[in-house]
Amino acid sequence: MTPASTTRLPELLARHEGPILERWVEEQLATIGTKRGLMSDAELREQSREFLALVRQAAHSGGLEIEAAPWTAVRDFLGRISASRAVQGFSPAETAMFVFSLKQPIFEQLRRDGGSGEGVFDEVWHTNVLIDRLGLYTTEVYQKGREHVILRQQEEMLELSTPVVKLWDGVLALPMIGTLDSARTQIVMEALLQRIVETGASVAIIDITGVPTVDTLVAQHLLKTITAARLMGADCIISGIRPQIASTIVHLGVDLSDVITKASLADAFALALERVGLAVGRAVQRR
Amino acid sequence: MPASRSEELPLRAGADVVKVRQVVRTWAAEIGFSLVDQTKLVTGASELARNTLDHGRGGSVRLVMLEDGARRGLGMTFEDSGPGIADVNLALTDGYTTGNGLGLGLSGTRRLMTEFRIDSQPGQGTRVYCARWR
Amino acid sequence: MERIPILKMGDLLLVSIQVDMHDQLALALQDDLTDKIAKTGAHGVLIDISAVEMVDSFIGRMIANIAGMARILDARTVLVGMQPAVAITLVELGLTLPGVRTALDVERGMALLRGVGRRASNVVEVEPVPLETSDVDAGEQE
Repeated sequence: MTPASTTRLPELLARHEGPILERWVEEQLATIGTKRGLMSDAELREQSREFLALVRQAAHSGGLEIEAAPWTAVRDFLGRISASRAVQGFSPAETAMFVFSLKQPIFEQLRRDGGSGEGVFDEVWHTNVLIDRLGLYTTEVYQKGREHVILRQQEEMLELSTPVVKLWDGVLALPMIGTLDSARTQIVMEALLQRIVETGASVAIIDITGVPTVDTLVAQHLLKTITAARLMGADCIISGIRPQIASTIVHLGVDLSDVITKASLADAFALALERVGLAVGRAVQRR
Repeated sequence: MPASRSEELPLRAGADVVKVRQVVRTWAAEIGFSLVDQTKLVTGASELARNTLDHGRGGSVRLVMLEDGARRGLGMTFEDSGPGIADVNLALTDGYTTGNGLGLGLSGTRRLMTEFRIDSQPGQGTRVYCARWR
Repeated sequence: MERIPILKMGDLLLVSIQVDMHDQLALALQDDLTDKIAKTGAHGVLIDISAVEMVDSFIGRMIANIAGMARILDARTVLVGMQPAVAITLVELGLTLPGVRTALDVERGMALLRGVGRRASNVVEVEPVPLETSDVDAGEQE
């Protein structure tokens, strides 16, 4: 292995920056193929140039520990392009190729520069390990980035699929449909509390007719939401509790004794109207 | 973006607790936390800052911006060289009180964070680390 | 030290908290309110926290204390305008403010205190909800 202080990589990159950059961009364009339209050649060139400069800088430390301080700027850069390429529609492999395709031009240059067999092999090996690590880092960051995007999209979908409905002045309804998981329930509940403030509702009906099962976590979230709504000055009514859910709740030991529950949304609505001081009467016919 | 990735603030007086709340709020907003998560961070910071001041007889807090790939977070370390906590596990149980009404509020604060660690020995001060991730 | 102003509106005392309170200020408010209830014989106290972005255990205890002391002096307390993020955080902390009535805004709070409105309208009592963990009771004095 090349001792840290004597790797020729930074010197090589400094002396032959131009040609290495050219060859590298060529390599990338060759491998991108049909995805060429996703990013302009100029943009690709600029990213490559910047990456080379950052690598040259960091390589002065001579180390191969890319998690260490000298490589922070390089890691940040890879994090950024990973994110932007994901958004542009590149696959993780394609994004990693950005880094891996740098090997060829550097190896070629090392061979051209010659020198003793042993020395050249050590340099090639050093560069090989370095680029492998950087390339793998890129895939890691890409994966984490994708997870983040997926999570966000899920959140947005959740908000859309569980609208808070205004039934009357001061009365909101939240019809929940499908299986509830902890994350979904949390998001939806926060949205409900926000709507309570926005509309000045003093009663919120949470209807779970469309929910087949409820587990402890979800029941706890429901209770927390009801308590939070009360602190804000609004009351919650849970409606549409199916017999199966009722028995699950009892078996889970969740205490709903302080929570108002109604079998149907209609009953809940009637109670809500009472709460806000309204009554429904028959229209008087004018003759 | 916060100007630096780490900042240390003193906790020597009541006004310092207010300052810590404000700085944590600013950082949390810049890191991009939701309003609810910001509030949890600020509230937790307020509780721990008060502990450091009242029980720990003054100390400091270090805020750190956390990064893990694309994930971001905020970490806070509260440190004092006060009397320390004799039984940390006991202090972390709900309802535990040292006699002035509400106890150290540690168990509640822990629920507001995704990471929470206490290092404390009697006579050797206390260090509390907590963090939330986006 | 500045103090939080208390407005007298007929039989009610109105406090609107607009600043980030340090502990001393909260204690001063507690004392000032109790004083004023006794002096004016007010029967209602309205605490508006619509501008408050954080309520921790100290402030929670202050509010519960105010409600407790007011009750002893024959006055009812209503807390209005709590923000959703604050409410969620309080519940997570385990603070449920037992004995404190709440309303969405000042208008409804006043209606509540005056006992105005039709049957059951806006008169919503806040009872503590048992959570899965035991509450850290803000109202208790040791």
